[in-house]
Amino acid sequence: MQYLVSVIDDKSNPGSTDRQPAISAFNERLIAEGYWVFAGGLADTDAATVIDNRGEQVIVSDGPFVESKEYLAGVWVWEAPDLDVALRLATEASKVCDRKIEVRPFLAG
Amino acid sequence: MSVIDVREAVTRAHREEWARVVAALARRFGDLDIAEDAAAEAFATAVERWPTDGVPPNPGAWLTTTANHKAIDRIRRENKRDDKHKEAQMVYDDDPPEPLGAIDDDRLRLLFTCCHPALAMEARVALTLRMVGGLTVPEIARAFLATESAIGQRITRAKAKIKATRIPYRMPSTEDLPVRVTGVLAVLFLVFNEGYLATGPDTDPVRHDLTAEAIRLTRLIRALLPDDGEVTGLLALMLLIDARRPARVSAGGELVALDEQDRGVWNTELIAEGHRLVRERLAAGVAPGRYQILAAINAVHTSARDIRDTDWSQILALYNQLVRIDPSPVVALNRAVAVAELDGPEVALAAVDRLEGALAGYHAYHATRADLLRRLRRSQDSRAAYDKAIELAGNTAETASLTRRRNQLG
Repeated sequence: MQYLVSVIDDKSNPGSTDRQPAISAFNERLIAEGYWVFAGGLADTDAATVIDNRGEQVIVSDGPFVESKEYLAGVWVWEAPDLDVALRLATEASKVCDRKIEVRPFLAG
Repeated sequence: MSVIDVREAVTRAHREEWARVVAALARRFGDLDIAEDAAAEAFATAVERWPTDGVPPNPGAWLTTTANHKAIDRIRRENKRDDKHKEAQMVYDDDPPEPLGAIDDDRLRLLFTCCHPALAMEARVALTLRMVGGLTVPEIARAFLATESAIGQRITRAKAKIKATRIPYRMPSTEDLPVRVTGVLAVLFLVFNEGYLATGPDTDPVRHDLTAEAIRLTRLIRALLPDDGEVTGLLALMLLIDARRPARVSAGGELVALDEQDRGVWNTELIAEGHRLVRERLAAGVAPGRYQILAAINAVHTSARDIRDTDWSQILALYNQLVRIDPSPVVALNRAVAVAELDGPEVALAAVDRLEGALAGYHAYHATRADLLRRLRRSQDSRAAYDKAIELAGNTAETASLTRRRNQLG
């Protein structure tokens, strides 16, 4: 089963900025152990643009879809046999990133 | 066989076999919904058939077989309707059972699944009582003063999360086991405490159904994990608390504090069993956890035939040990009660007052203060503390007792 693993940062209490080497090493391990599907860090929420084309006219707006203290700083997609495995990896990931981690399954097949 | 005998046989089978039937089905079909519904249908069939067909020689096997048929019927029906194979989404252990004896038990897997840390605490409690305890949704709703639809939703959502996120149906790994056992014990202790000090104006002050259920499930997990010290500790703790139940509420409906209880009506059988379990843990020579220390404290209390015979220095030593592994303000509050007996109410009050920041919203903090202030003859301060405790207490018998104590102040 695939899980979306979100890295959550906090604007008022940001995680440390020196985590990249540790994250790279963790990624190498995820790949070696067969859990890694995708990973990517995200640019600041200020760089976000929202498009709404549900109505008559397309509306383009600057900024994230919701302003909040906590925001998505990066994502992984992992392939894991069950939630216990995903949670164990997430426990490590939170330490490695020095940030909170949300684990959420993709809808099954 | 009389109608009453048959009814008793069904009740007994429900109490003894429900968890086993649900757990076996969950393992076979990998789906808690199917397991729960099929088990419920099998028991309904027993109610229908046993009065005419007689009680089968092995009720557990009969119920499991019947539930299996019900589950297969349902899966066939759904497959026809959906016209595609219904994929069982819950993960279960494909490995052949390891020869671990008692530890390889479907009921234990079920308990670990229902108490999974990814579920909210209230969902764990409701799901455990339903799937392992076999309580109905209305029974759980009554126990927690919630509406049936709220409890039903809580259980449905928990089952949906188990399915959607693939919470596995198997024993936790060795490295996860201690934390996961702690999680299960927390659920069982919560059920027990709600039974022993029930919340709300429309319920009995002591809910024997809940304490009994918590003890039964703790006995089950002890049978499955006999070497886990904290499991044994929690069982001993529950037995030693439950032993005092006959003295806990007065004829007038007031909660009776430990120092005022009629110790002659305590349940000596439960006390003997609790003491035996505490001795068993002492003999193990392993550093005790929280439940074992709490059980030892209660063993000291239940060893005293009279409140004046209580070995308070032993109790304080145990609290000092507890504080080292659980430095929470509630433990500090209970420790202060022992301090009052040894060093007097003034020393204890100073310790209690330091906890105000953490415990100002906790009725027992104010009740303890009120009692210490009363002993120091500071009636006015004591009255104010009783008022605060009464305002915050949720248990009817406790409110009655606090009110009397307040009104007796000079």
